[in-house]
Amino acid sequence: MAEQKTLKTQETGQEVFAFPDLVFKELLAMVAATIVLTVWAVTVDAPLKGIADPNWTENPAKAPWYFVGLQEVLVYFDPWIAGVSVPLLIILGLAALPYVDPNPKGIGRYDFRDRKLVVPIFLFGYLLWFGLIVVGQFLRGPNWQFYWPWEDWAVPKPAEPALVNFPNALGLAAISAFFLLGLAVPALLGRNLFRKIGLLRHVIAWTLVLLMFGVFGKIILRLFFHVKYLVTTPYFSI
Amino acid sequence: MSLFKKITESQIWRSIFRHRFEDTPRNRALATVSNAFLHLHPVTLPESALRVRFTFCLGGLTFFMFLVETVTGILLMFYYRPVTEYAYLDMKLLEHTVRFGMFLRNMHRWAGHAMVILVMLHMLRVFLTGSYKPPREFNWVVGVCLLVTTLLLSFTGYLLPWDQIALWAITVGTKMAGATPFLGADGPFHEWLHVHPGNDMRFFLLGDSDVSGNALLRFYVLHCVLLPVVGGFLMFVHFWRVRKDGGISRPL
Repeated sequence: MAEQKTLKTQETGQEVFAFPDLVFKELLAMVAATIVLTVWAVTVDAPLKGIADPNWTENPAKAPWYFVGLQEVLVYFDPWIAGVSVPLLIILGLAALPYVDPNPKGIGRYDFRDRKLVVPIFLFGYLLWFGLIVVGQFLRGPNWQFYWPWEDWAVPKPAEPALVNFPNALGLAAISAFFLLGLAVPALLGRNLFRKIGLLRHVIAWTLVLLMFGVFGKIILRLFFHVKYLVTTPYFSI
Repeated sequence: MSLFKKITESQIWRSIFRHRFEDTPRNRALATVSNAFLHLHPVTLPESALRVRFTFCLGGLTFFMFLVETVTGILLMFYYRPVTEYAYLDMKLLEHTVRFGMFLRNMHRWAGHAMVILVMLHMLRVFLTGSYKPPREFNWVVGVCLLVTTLLLSFTGYLLPWDQIALWAITVGTKMAGATPFLGADGPFHEWLHVHPGNDMRFFLLGDSDVSGNALLRFYVLHCVLLPVVGGFLMFVHFWRVRKDGGISRPL
């Protein structure tokens, strides 16, 4: 223990005692947080509507704000993807992150220059999550129609243009090409990285990344090309 | 002998506080290690680990919100009955007849939202500073579990006021569980396992095929007992691993 401490001191210079240097900063943070919370709780009341009534459906019925992003994904995917697979994959993907990012650089500081691949991908997903929440929470009105904040919910929206489905062969081809190319191209472009993490981790990491971009891609297909499904089967559709 | 000295040198005082007041390195060290709560900290740490603009105190504040939730939550439990006959009435009583009742509920609600926001920001900070990299991989995974626990804590609490917001938010949220492949009555391949609305994933969560009194009780127990215990257990591991995996991350 004593040896370790001297070693640390040599590496980073000055060592300070946790008490009081750290403990007082923590105290200040807690006091500040308490003040903010108290003011918030005094000035804004928690919402409470009428008593729960199963016979009177709220329209729109919104999930708590942190799940509204998933609810928004329901526009673009069937519930088994939007409500089950997407959250599970997000959790798995987050948990897998330290095991598929072999880059030893950028520990303990805000260093993005040495992490040009991981940081943008993560931030893309993070912003997508919050972007979907903002749309679902603030821009969706009755029947989950899109309303700008200045638009009146009482004015009904015109019906959406008819949606089209890809023929199954084309849809399957598109999905296969997306994943095959998506797995092959990074392996070819970044051979050093590929050799470093090996086939298994490469496939896991890029499959998760591709699934994330796939969700975004489907959103684009739906919004701009009115595509409902890429593949339709009697059991499930994507 | 002054009164102050008499108190601080009494057997009772000295049995509680194991060190003196003088500002010596030894006493500074003892202040940390002889205190059950402070000994979570290392005795000394590099100055670079104290920069507020590195951590923004996000993890610590998330934990603080959990403590606020625990205190306000226990107080709220005195006034709340998790049955459909009384849950909503108790909300109204809390607002109109309990002194500071509304303040208590507001505090609990907003601290809950703050905890969800802070835990997400904490994850972003840990990511951006590369603090999930070896040797801290496992603690990142524990953190992901804590993120999920936090969301579930908030979600289960959402039903308890038993108003229209609560009922329909939970209806929407748990409808998703019914779409689970194989295990949800509306999910693909559910017929392979003979799954129907009376035995599927959603029924398991709600204790019924709709959001009803059973769901209210289930969510109440999850919210007040099971999930806080799980969260506390994970936090214990999380904080311990911060220490064991080399302390708070900093440039090597």
